[in-house]
Amino acid sequence: MIRSGWRASPGEFVLRAINVLVMSFVVVVTLYPFWYIFVASFSDPYEVVRTSGLMIWFKGFDLYAYKEVLRHRLFWTSYRNTLVYLVSGLIVNMTMTTLAAYALSRRNIKGKGVIMKIIVFTMFFSGGLIPTYIVVDNLHMTDTMWSQFVPFAINTFNLIILRTAFQAIPDSIEEAAIIDGASAAQVMVRIVLPLALPSIMVIGLYYTEEIWNSFFRGLIYIRTDTKYPLQLILRQVLLSNVMGQSDQSFVDTNIGQTVKYATIVVSTLPVLMVYPFIQKYFVKGVMIGSIKG
Amino acid sequence: MALSRKPAGALPAKLTRKTDWKNYITQYWFIYVILAFVLAYYVIFKYIPMYGVLIAFKRYTPSAGIWGSDWVGLRNFERFFSSAYFMRTFRNTVLLNVMNLAFGFPAPIIFALFLNELRHQVFKRTVQTISYLPHFISLVVVAGMLHDFLNNTGTITTVLNLLFGTEKKVWLNDKNSYRTIYIVSDIWKSLGWSAIIYLASLSNIDTQLYDSAEIDGCGSLRKMRHVTLPGIAPTIIILFILRIGAMLSLGVEKTLLLYNPNTYEVSDVISSFVYRRGFGIDGRADYSFSTAVDLFNAIINLTLLTVANFTARRYSETSLW
Repeated sequence: MIRSGWRASPGEFVLRAINVLVMSFVVVVTLYPFWYIFVASFSDPYEVVRTSGLMIWFKGFDLYAYKEVLRHRLFWTSYRNTLVYLVSGLIVNMTMTTLAAYALSRRNIKGKGVIMKIIVFTMFFSGGLIPTYIVVDNLHMTDTMWSQFVPFAINTFNLIILRTAFQAIPDSIEEAAIIDGASAAQVMVRIVLPLALPSIMVIGLYYTEEIWNSFFRGLIYIRTDTKYPLQLILRQVLLSNVMGQSDQSFVDTNIGQTVKYATIVVSTLPVLMVYPFIQKYFVKGVMIGSIKG
Repeated sequence: MALSRKPAGALPAKLTRKTDWKNYITQYWFIYVILAFVLAYYVIFKYIPMYGVLIAFKRYTPSAGIWGSDWVGLRNFERFFSSAYFMRTFRNTVLLNVMNLAFGFPAPIIFALFLNELRHQVFKRTVQTISYLPHFISLVVVAGMLHDFLNNTGTITTVLNLLFGTEKKVWLNDKNSYRTIYIVSDIWKSLGWSAIIYLASLSNIDTQLYDSAEIDGCGSLRKMRHVTLPGIAPTIIILFILRIGAMLSLGVEKTLLLYNPNTYEVSDVISSFVYRRGFGIDGRADYSFSTAVDLFNAIINLTLLTVANFTARRYSETSLW
């Protein structure tokens, strides 16, 4: 007889109970930090210091921290910079990656195999930090917005994901269009791109996440603080009293705890608001990526 | 209707006649324009830097350029291998990666297995969605949270003090705790996200296998061992190879955000050392030396990946190439 549902043996029941407990622990450990930061950022700064990091509800109500964030000149500049880098970067990333994936997904292309090998090789070996920096510097891109997305125009992993998606479109549809007199460009714009739209959007989300969260490319290539992306300013605010992060001389060395929390809330809230709605597309992307492996 | 162009599939495999070539070009010139742009990108931003690796064997001066700078042979490598930094950064890189493989790699597998056993579908989906959350938070914010929660009045410090009576201190200045913090926070950030691929793989397992295992008298634990684990083994192997291939390159951003001079002895990894030396964060910038260290790192990486792939191909049917 097949045991299932609630008619389980005592041993099974204990296992299930442990499982639910472990999972609840994971949920608490994941959510508490965010809840604490949210609650503390609106609370009385002095009360927050006294609670030693344990708060489950607002202690007093104080918008001091948010007023400080509003006053922070560079914070909003960097917010705007990141949006500029995001929009320009997405245009470059999506154009280059989509076109590349389309071209490399076509059958009967002479030399495709060689080009694919040239591209895939860069996933396994790279010139490294300084030689890449020298190239970007020689192109006079350092300390300009171009450095934030042109050197990163194609993420090879995303390219392969998208190429796989394009290849999955049946030949017969394209052949029919070609017989009807469509050119290669028309086949791409009218047939292939619309059919692969979900995958293209997933790649767009990947790039969005990449640009939004990047701080290393700003750290390397941008010198003027008014051109800093958001994450670089966040680093200065959040790590302002950490030793060895000394290039942050222009920010107060002792930014109050609640101001840091408010900065986290303001910079992370947009992400937290959209993530429940877009996470399923990201998950889909993971699936597309795994087909290749 | 006149057929002015042949359909793609109708082109002969070997183009010999002039008209064939003409057809081919009219059909595909657009593709080659695209490929020219794509190749240009890869040449400029990936292959010219590979050529630039030459400066590892030179004394690079910007005015002389890459080719014009003086050759110094293997001097930069000798300098690195004979310095104390070599042992320190190499040991830290290997240790952090091995620990990450030992704890960080199995964590999402275990999480996926547990999640898979949950009967209540709404609870299961809620846990799963919540577990993705930290993946979407930027590394800078995670580092900021860690610095705050681990200082002497921070959340984690307080909880540890209440539960285990540990000292209230700035944990990120503590050499003995740095690696644990690094690994545990990594698991926290990636647990749910890395589990996705295993969950997908789990859902592909034939349910009949579970039914027959149950008829044979297997409980959940034995079903997990004899049905579930073999079912997701190929996925595990592929991800393991990929993980090994990315081993030594892992963690520059996170290290830069978490370490400080107090913990350099245990926290400084090859890539963070390359960054500091390359951009002169502590002392003079030395492009050639930094590139030599970086090249050493890249070669080790490539070797690891090849060995991992070879081993996987030898002992199982799954491999990358």
